[in-house]
Amino acid sequence: MNIFYTNEHEWLKIDGDQAVIGITEYAAKQLGDITYIELPQIGTSIKVTEVLCDIESVKAASDIYCPVSGQITEVNSKLQDSPEIINASPQEDGWIAKIHIQELPDKSLLMDHQQYTQYIDSLG
Amino acid sequence: MNKLKKTPLYEEHSRINPEFGSFAGWILPLFYEGIIPEHNHCRTNCSIFDTCHMGILNFKGDIAASGIETAFTRSISRIPNGHGKYGFILNENAGIIDDLILFRISDDELMIVVNASTVNKDFKAISERIKSGELTDVSKNTAKIDIQGPLCLDVLRDTLNLPVEQKLFEIRKYALLDKKILLSRTGYTGELGYELFLPPDIAPRIWRTLINDPRVKPAGLGARDILRLEMGYSLYGSDISEDTTPLQADLAFFIDMDKNFVGKDALLEEKKRGHEKCKIAFATESRRAPRQGYSILLDNIEIGKVSSGTFAPSLNCGIGLGYIDSKSKVSDATFMITKGKSINIAAKLVKLPFYKKGTLRYPHTNTLH
Repeated sequence: MNIFYTNEHEWLKIDGDQAVIGITEYAAKQLGDITYIELPQIGTSIKVTEVLCDIESVKAASDIYCPVSGQITEVNSKLQDSPEIINASPQEDGWIAKIHIQELPDKSLLMDHQQYTQYIDSLG
Repeated sequence: MNKLKKTPLYEEHSRINPEFGSFAGWILPLFYEGIIPEHNHCRTNCSIFDTCHMGILNFKGDIAASGIETAFTRSISRIPNGHGKYGFILNENAGIIDDLILFRISDDELMIVVNASTVNKDFKAISERIKSGELTDVSKNTAKIDIQGPLCLDVLRDTLNLPVEQKLFEIRKYALLDKKILLSRTGYTGELGYELFLPPDIAPRIWRTLINDPRVKPAGLGARDILRLEMGYSLYGSDISEDTTPLQADLAFFIDMDKNFVGKDALLEEKKRGHEKCKIAFATESRRAPRQGYSILLDNIEIGKVSSGTFAPSLNCGIGLGYIDSKSKVSDATFMITKGKSINIAAKLVKLPFYKKGTLRYPHTNTLH
């Protein structure tokens, strides 16, 4: 399994042609207490850079973008009533959706852990 | 950031690394641990808020002879010594210059607690309305700490050793660290709560003493805003302003019409011809939050805008206040709160307060359970 990160602060765990997607701890901290998430429908086809779902925190309403193209096979329905799970465990229990990958984005758009750490350090 | 003013408690806050923000020209914590945990703590335990930025005006003089009654919508003569009342300063058009609490310290002394952003404006307005007496801005010499939550009375009694026994809106003098302090039973959260007025030089020590009590946690502006909105309390600058009258804001209760005050004629006029917009309170049928500036649509027609909105942790839904065209009849209907094309939230009118389990009115001898 490989974990990648995007500059929009999403993470993807890729296992063969399946990807699990969520937002990083950095993103969760930036958002603050998450109060709402609109999970996508299972079966939806989604293209890379399209909006995966709406998310809201105490501070603001925001969007999460999809880092791959494919079809949604599973969503983390616990987040419906308890979106704060994303704040508590953004990269484990706070996973958002599982996707059957049809197309990965350009390798240049995906960072490994070290590259992502450097990236967020550069943001100050 | 260097033009922002620091309260006497700034160093205390810095030690625990909150997320600072700016408010009315002051640098204040938005949150320490997190907005929702701090909100929850206040509703169940005891929270302290740095409210040193608020304005405090002192008036000394003959109340009747000075004409100061004309500055406020509440009858000062009916405020007993040692009590306070919530009310407004209005302009000639009945627009709200500020909302405030007027405390009657003695027969001829008032303490007026106003918003941070409006102190100078309020000072000017009151000065223009009095013909004798002395009005002083004592904001710089007065620190203020709000202590709110069901356990706060126990904390005041055990930890600060203050023998507190006060009714709602009562204000009393005490001695703390050999200095004179005032404690009013008032607040902005809907919980049992008090506001502590103290000399700035002892404020850090008192703050630290309170924070060291295991029942107490600090809460920032983020939590404060959600707590007040859950009670339906207006925020000056968002829900009320010089462009709104108390009638439009559904706050006629805080006007004593049997006295003279600036703005009264305009209010009477408005009562006669009807007001063009009115404040509504609503809850959404989801966890999505209405936010300031979002549109209010009834049958696809925009009838108003949201003035304040948030997710309410106490209710697990969105809540908000807004103004709509008085001609629109909403009543039981579901209407939409929208922003552009992407946000569309169903909402319904709700009777205030949104949160109905606040401990605000606990009798002073009350134990929680």
